[in-house]
Amino acid sequence: MRTALALLLMATPVAAQAQSENRVLTVYAEDYIASEWGPGPAIKSGFEAFCDCELRFVTGDILPRLLMEGAGTQADIVFGLNTDVLARARASGLFAPHGQDTSDMSLPIEWDDPIFLPYNWGETAFVYDETRLENPPASFAELLEAEDIRIVIQDPRSSISGLALLFWVKQVYGDEAPEAWAQLAPKVLTVTRGWSESYGMFTSGEADMVLSYTTSPAYHIAAEDDLTKKAAIFPEGHYFMTEVAGQLAGTDQPELAQAFMDWIMTPEFQAEIPLANWSLPAALPQDQWPEVMRDLPRPDVTLFYSEDEAEALRQPALDEWLRAFN
Amino acid sequence: MAARLQLGHLVAAALAAAILGTLAAVAWFAGGLGALSEWDWRAVRFTLWQAALSASLSAALAIPVARALARRRFRGRGLLVTLLGAPFILPVIVAIMGLIAVFGRNGVVNEAMRAMGLPEIGIYGWQGVILAHVFFNLPLSVRLILQGWQAIPAERFRLAASLDFAPRDVARHLERPMLRATLPGVWLSVFLVCLTSFTVALALGGGPRATTVELAIYQAFRFDFDLGRAATLGLVQIALCVAALLAARAIALPAGFGAGMDSAMPIPAPRGWPLVVDALVITFAAGFLLWPMVSVITTGLPRIPALPPEVWDAAWRSVIMAVISALLSVGACLALALTIAQGRARWVEVAGMLPLIASPLVLGTGLFILLRGAVSPQQMALPVTVAVNAAMALPFGLRALIPAAQALRADYERLAMSLDLRGWARLRHLTLPRLRRPLGFAAGLAAALSMGDLGVITLFASDQPTLPLKLYQLMNSYRMADAAAASVLLMALSFGLFWLFDRGGRLEP
Repeated sequence: MRTALALLLMATPVAAQAQSENRVLTVYAEDYIASEWGPGPAIKSGFEAFCDCELRFVTGDILPRLLMEGAGTQADIVFGLNTDVLARARASGLFAPHGQDTSDMSLPIEWDDPIFLPYNWGETAFVYDETRLENPPASFAELLEAEDIRIVIQDPRSSISGLALLFWVKQVYGDEAPEAWAQLAPKVLTVTRGWSESYGMFTSGEADMVLSYTTSPAYHIAAEDDLTKKAAIFPEGHYFMTEVAGQLAGTDQPELAQAFMDWIMTPEFQAEIPLANWSLPAALPQDQWPEVMRDLPRPDVTLFYSEDEAEALRQPALDEWLRAFN
Repeated sequence: MAARLQLGHLVAAALAAAILGTLAAVAWFAGGLGALSEWDWRAVRFTLWQAALSASLSAALAIPVARALARRRFRGRGLLVTLLGAPFILPVIVAIMGLIAVFGRNGVVNEAMRAMGLPEIGIYGWQGVILAHVFFNLPLSVRLILQGWQAIPAERFRLAASLDFAPRDVARHLERPMLRATLPGVWLSVFLVCLTSFTVALALGGGPRATTVELAIYQAFRFDFDLGRAATLGLVQIALCVAALLAARAIALPAGFGAGMDSAMPIPAPRGWPLVVDALVITFAAGFLLWPMVSVITTGLPRIPALPPEVWDAAWRSVIMAVISALLSVGACLALALTIAQGRARWVEVAGMLPLIASPLVLGTGLFILLRGAVSPQQMALPVTVAVNAAMALPFGLRALIPAAQALRADYERLAMSLDLRGWARLRHLTLPRLRRPLGFAAGLAAALSMGDLGVITLFASDQPTLPLKLYQLMNSYRMADAAAASVLLMALSFGLFWLFDRGGRLEP
C-alpha cells in the first residue's frame, strides 16, 4: 500500500511550490469554474497580477465541505455559491461583509446583501433548436398547452437549475402551481441529475426543449457559429439566477481577501465572465458586454424570491412537484 | 495457511471498519440518525423493486448467452467474449448516451419502427431504467455464468457422452447443479449494483417516480444538508445488502464436480436446431450490447485528435491510478477469497460485499470527517480515490474468485497438505497458477471500473483532475462534441486495461 502511494505521488506532477512571498489566497470554487474551460484561469492570472500574490483554487462540493470544516477551514474566499444555499451559508456565521457598493450593479434586481457579492447572473429559460422546433411556445401558458413538445429538465433535489424551475413555476402560477405541473408533467421526457446530462440530450436531438439559461445561445453563436439555438422568451417572466462570492471572517489573509472582493467589481474581472462563464457580468454596463451577449433577446420581467421566501418555499414547492409526477 | 488466513480476516475487518466507520462518522457528525420522509420510503420501495427485476432479467437472459458461448467455437469468439464484457465497465454517462442513440426517440430502433408503421417504443420510465441496468449487468452475468460452465471439467461431459446422456440429462446432472452454485451470486451482484443506482435511474427514469435511495441520500446531503437522514438511508442500504446476501447464501449449493485434467476438450455442442438457437442468441446479445457502444464511438472518434492536452494529462493520471487500484484490489480479493473458501467465517464474505452498497457520498463524507484534522484533503484526494476504487471493485472480483478458490480448496487441499506445500511456494506453484483466470478478470474489472469512476473525489478536491472529471467539465462548458470524444477515449482506456489484465490471466503459463 505504501509503495503504491509512493508510486502514485511520484507519477503525478508535483504542484508548483513557488509562492510570491508566501502570500497565498485560497479560493474554494465550484469545479467547472476552475477548469481550463471556465473563467478560473483568467481569474487566477488576472488577480495574481493585481495583488502580487498567489491564488489557489480548491474545487469540489464547496458548501458541504465548508460546513463540515467550520471555523477551521483553509478557505479565504468562497466563489460560486448559488442563491439557493445562501441562507445556510449565512447561518454558518463564517462570512464577513464584502464592503462593496452594490447600488449600481448591472443586475435586473436590487442587491443589498452586505455579505455575498454577485459576480454573474442569468435567467432560466427553455432552449430550443429552430430547425427542429418550428413553432416554439411564445409564453409559459403556451408551453403548458402545447402538444407534441418534449422537454428535459433537471431534478430540483440534485441540481440548482432544477430548483430554479420550481421557483419559476411558483412565481408565475402561485397557488395554481400544482395544476401547472400537472399540465407540464406529460411533456417532460425525463428528469436528469444535472444540467449537463439534459443539455447533452437536447443537442443530440432527443428533446425539443431543454431547461437551461437565456444566455445558452451565446455559446453556440460565439464558439460554433451556430445561430439555430434560441431561448424561448416568455412574457410571464424568467427566474433570476446568480452566483456569488464571499470572504471568510476567519481568513488569515484579510487584506488579500478584501482585495479579491474589490477586484470582482473591476471591469477587468467582469469582462472575463461573459465568454468564459457564458453568463452575464454583474457589475459591467451593458454597452461594455460582448456583442453576442448584448444582442441576445432579453425577458421584460425578471422573477426572483428573496432568500427567506425561497427558503420557506423550498420544501412545499418540492412536495408539489413530487406529487405532480407520482 | 495461518498467515494468509489472518490476512483475509484483516482485509475484511479493514473493509467493514471503513464502510461502517464512515457511516458512523457521518451519523456522529450529525448528532444521530435522522427520520425518513414518506418520499424516502417510496424511494426504498422503488429501489428494491427495480433492483430485483433488473437482477432477475439479467441473470435469466445471461443463461442462454453463456451456454451458447460456452459450447460453440467460431472465429473471433475470444474477442467477442471480451467485447461483450465492455458495457459493464462503461462510464454511466457514456452508456446512457449510447442507449439513447439506439433506443431513444430518434434512435435506430424507433426509426425502424416508424419505417414499418409500428408504434414507437418509449425508453423513458421504469422500462428505461431496467433496460439500462440489464445493458450494464448482462455482461457481468454472462461472464460469471460462462466461467461456471467452463469450470465443469471436460471429463464430466465426456462421461456424460459415453453414458449416452440426452441433453435433458446433461442439464440435470451437470448444468443445473452448476447454475445452482453460480446463479445466486450472479443475481446478488446485479441486485446490489442496481441498489445504489443513481444517474441511470435519473436520466432514463422519466421523473421522480423512479427515485432511488442513492438519490435520496444525495438530496439529504445537497438539498437539505441533513447528514443524519443521509446516514439513516446509508444504513437502510446496508441492511438490504445483508438481507439479500443471506438469502443468496441460503439458496446457493456448491456443485462438487471434482478435479479434472484441464484438457482443452470443447464442451459437446449439439447440431441441428440448438445450433440455430445458439447463433440467434449470440447475435442478439452482441447487437444489444455492442450497438450502443458503436454509436458512441462513431460520434466521438473523429474529434479525439483535437482534444486539448489537459485531457491527455488527466487520461494518463487516470491510467496510473487505475493500475494501482487494480493491484491493490486483486491482492485484497485473493486474501478474502482464500479465507472465504475455508468456509468458516461468513462475516468475511459479507464484509467483502459491503463496498458494493456503500453509498459513495456517505463514504466520501465519512472519510472527509475522519481525515480532515489529520491531513490536507488535497494531498489525500488521489490516494483516497485509489483506495476507494480498489474497495469498490472488490465485490465483483470476489464473485469470480470465490467459486474458483472453493474448487481449488476442494480439489487440491489434501494434495497440498500431503506435499506440505505452504506459504510462498504454495502461492506460486498452486494458488496463482490455478486462479490466474479469475485473478486476471478481477484485476481487469478493478482497473476498468476505477478508470471510469468519478469516485469520492468531489469533497476532497484536487488540482489533479481525473479523466471522468474532465469529461464532466467539458459537458459543463457546453463542449458536448469534445465530451463525446473524451468518452471514447475513456471507453478505450477502460477497455484496454480490462483486456490487458484479463488476457494476461488467460495466457497459458
